Amino acid sequence: MESLLANPRLSRFDPLERILCYDDFDAGLNGWTGLIGNYEDSLDTMLPDYQDLRPPMLSNLTMWDTGTAGSMEGTYALKLATRPQAGGLSVGIKRHTFRALGQVQLECYFAFKPEASELKLGEMDVRAWGVLFDVQDGNPQGRRWMPHLRYLNAERGQRRGRWQTKPATRSVQPIGGSGKTVSHFHLGPEGWENVPGEPQLLCYNEIATKMNWHYLRIGLDLKRRAFTGFQCNDHTFGPEGMHCIELPAMANLWCMLNAAFWVEADMDKRAFLYIDSVLLSGEFAQ
Amino acid sequence: MNMRQSHTAVVERNQRWEGDFATEPYEAGWSHEAIFFVQILRAEAANSSSLIAVELQVQISPDGIHWCDEGSRLNFVVQQHTLDTPSFVRVSHYGGWLRLAGTVKDGRVWALVHLALKA
Repeated sequence: MESLLANPRLSRFDPLERILCYDDFDAGLNGWTGLIGNYEDSLDTMLPDYQDLRPPMLSNLTMWDTGTAGSMEGTYALKLATRPQAGGLSVGIKRHTFRALGQVQLECYFAFKPEASELKLGEMDVRAWGVLFDVQDGNPQGRRWMPHLRYLNAERGQRRGRWQTKPATRSVQPIGGSGKTVSHFHLGPEGWENVPGEPQLLCYNEIATKMNWHYLRIGLDLKRRAFTGFQCNDHTFGPEGMHCIELPAMANLWCMLNAAFWVEADMDKRAFLYIDSVLLSGEFAQ
Repeated sequence: MNMRQSHTAVVERNQRWEGDFATEPYEAGWSHEAIFFVQILRAEAANSSSLIAVELQVQISPDGIHWCDEGSRLNFVVQQHTLDTPSFVRVSHYGGWLRLAGTVKDGRVWALVHLALKA
């Protein structure tokens, strides 16, 4: 821990005993890529909701009125940007596997904003942003489970400020004709449940071009297939009342440990999520 | 050795183009050179004998909101079948953002666009 505190890039994190990856986007996208639905033979076989999830990019946070802000540490951040359509989604995913059923923790510094395309405050223009994991046990008797946590900022122009989890996905659909490929859309607006506790109000600031970085830490227990709770700035929540999607194990996903960020627009205006850096750590033996 | 950074973004995938359109803004300020590759996955001509005209131009922006023509263009025609070979346009010295703006005449196409960036 002392060596962490001596490192200015890492001393702002509280990792578990082993760091699985530390991605500062000053050094590229580090494996964070766009999410696509499953398909066979033709892209037209993909479920419609997966067709146009917008991909990540590297941003230096340049604003039309003040120029380049840079990221929290350095110049570049991962940026997710939706199309300018209510309900539009952008997703960035990184795919790992795990080596033991231990504790896993994701930490990040984030900011979210609508595009500053109007000279208006716009604090209700981003609907939600979130973090999801897609995990599957390493044996055929196991399960696939998908912890989703989102911050519902606003809905149809009304402030919500609620943290939510998602207990169920949509039905699993066959894709193509081989019998080997299926798909299910798990980022729909339906079925989210509030995490117990009061709403949390975040630092939006006073115009659309002023960006403040926030801290988020989420814990998982791979053995119990459950959240262990989370912290955003000065608030901590859970794990009571935090639910996960669960599915039967699938054929080619053994020991999968994926993590993804996403952002969703509430208005016909682009919604942006910026990640300065992300650290995934765990507790497992050598 | 300092290896050069590179990144290829899929800025359109199976996206229908008909009439006027623009691709979504892509931030590229970290990079020095770019190539847009355009493939047409499917095409439907307005009538069976017509050729579909695809006219594209590279646009740049100071802020990702306001756009101007960079000057590079990419024009081609498509018949009523898939065009497997990518067409491309190269650009450099473009500031912070890139996109393609264009128009499709006499039909509609479904496009796949890669943006290959290199520092």
